[in-house]
Amino acid sequence: MILQDIMVVQSHKELAHNIFELKLTGKLVKEIESPGQFVHVRVSDSYDMLLRRPISIASIDEDASEITLLYRAEGDGTKALSKKREGDTVDVLGPLGIGFPVEETAAGETAFLIGGGIGVPPLYELSKQLTAKGVTCVHVLGFQSENVVFYEEEFKALGETHIVTVDGSAGTQGFVTNVMAKLGNDFATYYSCGPMAMLNAVQIAYQDKKGFLSFEQRMGCGVGACFACVCETTDKSDKAYIKVCSDGPVFPAGVVKI
Amino acid sequence: MNRLSVDLPGLQLKNPIMPASGCFGFGQEYSKFYDLSLLGAIMIKATTWETRLGNPTPRVAETASGMLNAIGLQNPGLKSVMEGELPWLEQYDVPIIANVAGTETADYVEVAKMISTAPNVKALELNISCPNVKEGGITFGVDPVIAKELTAAVKAVSNVPVYVKLSPNVTDIKKVAIAVEEGGADGITMINTLLGMRLDEKTGKPVIANKTGGLSGPAIKPVAIKMVHEVFQVVNIPIIGMGGITSTQDVIDFLSVGASAVAVGTANFVNPFICPTIIDELPAKLDELGINHISELIGRSHRP
Repeated sequence: MILQDIMVVQSHKELAHNIFELKLTGKLVKEIESPGQFVHVRVSDSYDMLLRRPISIASIDEDASEITLLYRAEGDGTKALSKKREGDTVDVLGPLGIGFPVEETAAGETAFLIGGGIGVPPLYELSKQLTAKGVTCVHVLGFQSENVVFYEEEFKALGETHIVTVDGSAGTQGFVTNVMAKLGNDFATYYSCGPMAMLNAVQIAYQDKKGFLSFEQRMGCGVGACFACVCETTDKSDKAYIKVCSDGPVFPAGVVKI
Repeated sequence: MNRLSVDLPGLQLKNPIMPASGCFGFGQEYSKFYDLSLLGAIMIKATTWETRLGNPTPRVAETASGMLNAIGLQNPGLKSVMEGELPWLEQYDVPIIANVAGTETADYVEVAKMISTAPNVKALELNISCPNVKEGGITFGVDPVIAKELTAAVKAVSNVPVYVKLSPNVTDIKKVAIAVEEGGADGITMINTLLGMRLDEKTGKPVIANKTGGLSGPAIKPVAIKMVHEVFQVVNIPIIGMGGITSTQDVIDFLSVGASAVAVGTANFVNPFICPTIIDELPAKLDELGINHISELIGRSHRP
């Protein structure tokens, strides 16, 4: 069930340049069904910055009714959000969308988790859930440069982790595909979230594999009513557009036309 | 006695609050938040004869106290709305106002004829003001003669009263209002969005794929209030007012300048509970104003 919850800030800190970690508690945490779902956040009480901001859920602690959001403060809205302090409240709508299917990888199998930039966060909760059920996770995480790398240690604690930066200031220099080429194809499933170009490259590299991609699109309502965040499908039928917010954001590889 | 009831052509409203077309889909998404029977009415998403896929993305962009959209009338088409969405809405005790759109007069007439036979469709909202499609839409709404002819053609075939949705993107909205009244309109809904553009800071190019979009949200409320104020003085048919409503006070303002009921649009995206919240708050607001029935507020700006 989707709730409009007034959540409480438990902690809020800048992990890397303009990358913030926000921990919130509230009753909507109990409603989360899968990693990769997102929340729609009001950045202030004023109507000046009108629309909610969709932010993926990076980590869930159901016992503490707490979620962790990792976001980049880039525009005015997320910059305003970054001013929230411990004890402040945040109006959050969620959980929204359909997340990553953990059940598509069996215990004992290996999954590749490939993330780019601010697409990395939802892969953390996914990896937690996959490793908990006995899946071996291999992470390939791409960033622009060292100063925006985050959660490296957290991912390493869950499994093999490869950091890639465009400028080579951390990990391997280049793109996630450079590392992927060296890792081979000995895995059961892949899961990916990041920029469109990266998703496309991953999808092409693993054409014969079972994979799931999480997409991003500018959103209005976040619940499927406004038809703003559609993406084109490879299917030529009447369902040529699907909604990222309510049909996704995660789709099986091959469904969305990139 | 229901202090909030409003009687309009075809519409016996429990209260004057309804979600605006395009901001509420066909109701299913918001039915997960509250009982749709609480609403005065529902203005469903524009329906065209054929299935429409709409415009490329990005389709929305935020602006100061508002947003631009260029969805482009994406909808599943008349057949699907008649067979799926409208029957589904019958489980709720709420009148439906069907927003009708098209490319040419024949499309509007055909859709109006069919959709006005649905048992829960109590009125039509003739969309001659969508700014985001290349053909039809706003081209009918900026010329008083064409607007009048289209209104008359739709009125001739509709089984239910016809409200015409006016565009603010005109020099004199009064002329279009008078023309559609002459064409036989039973009411007016106003205003649709204002045309606007937002640029990407890095590229200097429009953010929205369609380049222009319709501006909505609190930013446009003063424009809407002013236009309802002037149209109220030149027509004798009722007005359903809309444009930037986010609060109970905004509703009072629209009624004061002459609206008989109001529609809430963009605010649904910010607060999915905005309509039932306003409905809950209205009686206390009437008490505060020393008013017994909400109809006493209609047009009070114009009284000596």
